[in-house]
Amino acid sequence: MKVCMFHLMPYRDLPANFAQRYNSAYIDPVWFEVADADRVGAYYNWTLDELVYAANAGMHGVCTNQHHQNVYGFMSNPSLMGSVLAKLTNGSNTAIIQIGSTLPSTSPPTRIAEEYAILDCISGGRLVAGFPTGLPADATISNGVVPLDQRERFREALDLVMKAWSAKEVFAWNGKHYQLPAVNLWPRPIQQPHPPIWIPGSGISSTAEYVVEHDHCFCHLSYQGAKNAENVADRYWELAAKKGRDANPHRFGFLQLIGISETDAEAEEYARHAEYFYHNLLHTPPHYQAIPGCLEYNALKQAIANPTRNFNLREMSFKDLVERGFVIVGNPKSVRDQLLQAVKRLRIGHLMTLLHFGSMPSELCRKNIDLFCREVLPHLAPLWDDEWEDRWWPARLRETRRAPAMAGAAS
Amino acid sequence: MAIEEKRLTLWQGKVTTEIEVSGNGPPLLYLHGPWGLTPDRAFIARLAAFYQVFAPKHPGTSNGDPDAAHAIDTFWDLVVYYGELMDRLDLEAPAIIGHSFGGLVAAEIAATTPDRVKRLVLIDPVGLWRDDLPVKNWMIMPEAARAKALFADPAGEAAKHFFAHPAEKDARVASIVSIVWAQASTGKYIWPLPDKGLKHRIHRIAAPTLVLWGKEDGIAAPAYAQEFAARMAGAKATLIDGAGHLPHLEQGERVAGLVCEFLGR
Repeated sequence: MKVCMFHLMPYRDLPANFAQRYNSAYIDPVWFEVADADRVGAYYNWTLDELVYAANAGMHGVCTNQHHQNVYGFMSNPSLMGSVLAKLTNGSNTAIIQIGSTLPSTSPPTRIAEEYAILDCISGGRLVAGFPTGLPADATISNGVVPLDQRERFREALDLVMKAWSAKEVFAWNGKHYQLPAVNLWPRPIQQPHPPIWIPGSGISSTAEYVVEHDHCFCHLSYQGAKNAENVADRYWELAAKKGRDANPHRFGFLQLIGISETDAEAEEYARHAEYFYHNLLHTPPHYQAIPGCLEYNALKQAIANPTRNFNLREMSFKDLVERGFVIVGNPKSVRDQLLQAVKRLRIGHLMTLLHFGSMPSELCRKNIDLFCREVLPHLAPLWDDEWEDRWWPARLRETRRAPAMAGAAS
Repeated sequence: MAIEEKRLTLWQGKVTTEIEVSGNGPPLLYLHGPWGLTPDRAFIARLAAFYQVFAPKHPGTSNGDPDAAHAIDTFWDLVVYYGELMDRLDLEAPAIIGHSFGGLVAAEIAATTPDRVKRLVLIDPVGLWRDDLPVKNWMIMPEAARAKALFADPAGEAAKHFFAHPAEKDARVASIVSIVWAQASTGKYIWPLPDKGLKHRIHRIAAPTLVLWGKEDGIAAPAYAQEFAARMAGAKATLIDGAGHLPHLEQGERVAGLVCEFLGR
């Protein structure tokens, strides 16, 4: 299997009373009331350093993502971050996983096709092309996309991008949402006809169906942990089987918050960072999530008839978060055992580890990476490999077998 | 009052529209707001005492055809679609009354085809914009703020009735889905804010026009009543006491009275 380091690039030093002052991590906190551009400059650099550190420590890939107008993560253009990572990891076998630029928010979407092609060229064919539909608030509020158009635009944009990457002739695009008179992309990706496609979602909806139909990799980006994802995973594999797809675990990705310390007792050092993450960063009220039109009609009916369990995150202590499996923390062996069990139970082929979360300082993040790559990663990596080929991994990286990671090497 | 339900297939077969027809008298086309036709039925019944009211559901909000919301792309198409609907209903030049989003549609029809609108009533329409009085986007409003923005008395009977859903599960789900989808289907034309160019076209409106506005409208401030009226040659504006964005629900009798007085019986 493949294991990657995911980073949100959050605001790390929010005022202590942030949760009292703001009822939302999104849209409402005014920059000048909360943030400092010099601090944020440091965060961007730390984020890049931490991702490169993880790559050097043996992680198979590094993941960036796109969000807007919030304190929770603001790589507003993940290609900017990805290009730095592509350059700094050249000569390694690290996949550059952009998961990624949100197509419906970018017009024309050929801009993203170009950026991804540039990344594939800079990295020598190490790109994984992730295409999120985008969170409702990101797409419709920050970028003004008509809610009802978001998924339609996504599907049309992805068709356009795929064609633009591989078409042997100049073509005109006459779509519902995009029109271009002559598409002849410069550059094209090294990986032809296209880099591996990963599409994230937060449950089984029309997006998951689309992903299975198109034979891409579906990534369930949940913050509620593997323990609470069994139902989603089961439904995903049922869906795959129903649509005639094999059970190759690599068509499923999952994100997990992880904190490793030398002993279980010492893992308390993650407590305040986890609470900061769930109390401050993840707090988005329903009116910024359930925007009319963002769910298509059938999905809306489903969601109203079977509402997902609503955890009051701000009332959950670190102990709750651990006990309910939102975060996996502890000594290396305990974390390893929990992850091995989760990976097998959910059939995860691509594990995205959130080894930095909330207010975590860089030193603790590096320790977390060191322990993970030394004590856990070598046990996860061989899973599934004897039986299944990872068709959703850059071809040039598939055959390379690396030596066991040297923690902290060459940082 | 008996309601006859017509069901028409329009727009090259891509849009099915239910039209609730009630009452006797001169024809009156009623265009509902962002929350679907359901909340407006009591008000329509008042009008049906004097007029033959044709109340179509906006594309996407008729039973069994939610996909119609995707069949019409632009505001321009929507206006042309309403021309087709009026043709099919044999409405040559009816009076048109529209609320909120429906008010904007009514104004656009009257600006595009002035000869097809005999008289026009706009109740708290959206469609104009002032930077000092931004129109609130009701689709991304916190629940706690919504009742206060829509109603002068957020705890009053009209508000309670508006926000109520049936207790029985299936009916409840259907009711919530319908109100959310109605906002999605109408909101697509005015996202993210409702200034879509009416200001360039509004001078074309020739019909005598009555603009009614709830004095405590928390979505579009009452100052917009004059913004609308001042741009049309034959328009007058009246503010309604004790009403927010939905004066026809909160002060139904008074609003119906003003409408009848303006249209003549």
